[in-house]
Amino acid sequence: MHACLALLQRDLLLTFRNPGQLINPLLFYLLVVTLVPLGVGADPQILVSIAPGVIWVAALLATLLALDPLFKNDLLDGSLEQMALSAAPFALLTSIKILVHWLITGLPLILLSPLFATLFSLSANSTQVLALTLLLGTPVLSAVGAIGAALTVSIRNSGALLALIVLPLYVPILIFAAGAVSAAQTGLPVAGQIYFLAALMVLSITLAPIATASALKINL
Amino acid sequence: MPASTLLHASKLTCERGDRLLFSALSFALASGELLQVEGPNGSGKTSLLRILCGLLQPNAGTVNWQDVDINGQRSEYLQQIHYSGHLHGVKLELSPTENLRFAGALHGGQSGLTINEALEKVELYGFEDEPAGTLSAGQRRRIGLASLLVNKGRLWILDEPFTTLDTSGASVLENLIEAHLNSGGCVVMASHSRHNLDARRVQKLKLSA
Repeated sequence: MHACLALLQRDLLLTFRNPGQLINPLLFYLLVVTLVPLGVGADPQILVSIAPGVIWVAALLATLLALDPLFKNDLLDGSLEQMALSAAPFALLTSIKILVHWLITGLPLILLSPLFATLFSLSANSTQVLALTLLLGTPVLSAVGAIGAALTVSIRNSGALLALIVLPLYVPILIFAAGAVSAAQTGLPVAGQIYFLAALMVLSITLAPIATASALKINL
Repeated sequence: MPASTLLHASKLTCERGDRLLFSALSFALASGELLQVEGPNGSGKTSLLRILCGLLQPNAGTVNWQDVDINGQRSEYLQQIHYSGHLHGVKLELSPTENLRFAGALHGGQSGLTINEALEKVELYGFEDEPAGTLSAGQRRRIGLASLLVNKGRLWILDEPFTTLDTSGASVLENLIEAHLNSGGCVVMASHSRHNLDARRVQKLKLSA
């Protein structure tokens, strides 16, 4: 437990010493989401209907941006080796890495979601559903993404390969999350999609750290 | 086998790709002894060290720690060892103190020396709050050495520990190793450098290419 807390503290400290990791995905997200209305025109009806898709696709891509360095930096300076040789279970340590990734990419998106909802003139109810889908969906993006990041950790310029591995796995999240927000806009019940997202979240945050840890051990 | 044998490797074989690096390699190391692994580049020194700390599985053979296979007591074994590779796991954005605090916590937090005492031993006192990125390569290596002292591991596995160290750094390391052996620890070290360690305690193992 001591080791996990120390890793959490170290990674957050590293993020604040090197704030680009935190700011780049957010700026990217902000840019994509603001450019779309410029491209498709400011008609509120069109914007409302494309909003869930745009916001979620931007979230997927922003998550991907921060995935590549997740384990690579630790591999290059040898601290990943030290973590693998720690007496603490390696899967537990990788779950802390996943948590940190979520804290710096997923959490800011949830906090900013009311702002984007206003940009696309979403109703109050759909804004709540959007925030809820982000809350349930972004941990899955971090957890499943970590498996891809671990598989490609020892490959130089692995960005495109990582996207190729991870994006297809993100498809269910995209469908259910954007679907839930669209359903909320038309006043339909969203419980089905939300339960599905919740199930995916539980499944991925419990199993992904184990898969990630094994993938990292192969690459060490 | 004498009762004090801590580490016992028997009939280790290692292949990387299509090449056989070594086969049927056996040795025993008792407390207070040092094993120096020598051999040309690519002869498998690092692979041997990685097998000893369990990062790599040998193609054949076993490694026993206190007569038990290390695969059967992994977390207990990992608390006993400290591995220092070519990369020393030092984060350049963090100060030596922060780096050592993490290194200490990672290995169970059963501390040997305090962080300040360890930094003093490796002559880094006065640099404890500078980011490691502003320190020289030799000073970063010394942070790695200080992390040996922060933990109470009995077996040190060192890969080329003398590289980038200057003469005073090398003598600091020799003193650390000497003190570690005196306190009943043991060391496996891949190194070409000449050192002034007591020859009676040093076993040499030569790997051929």
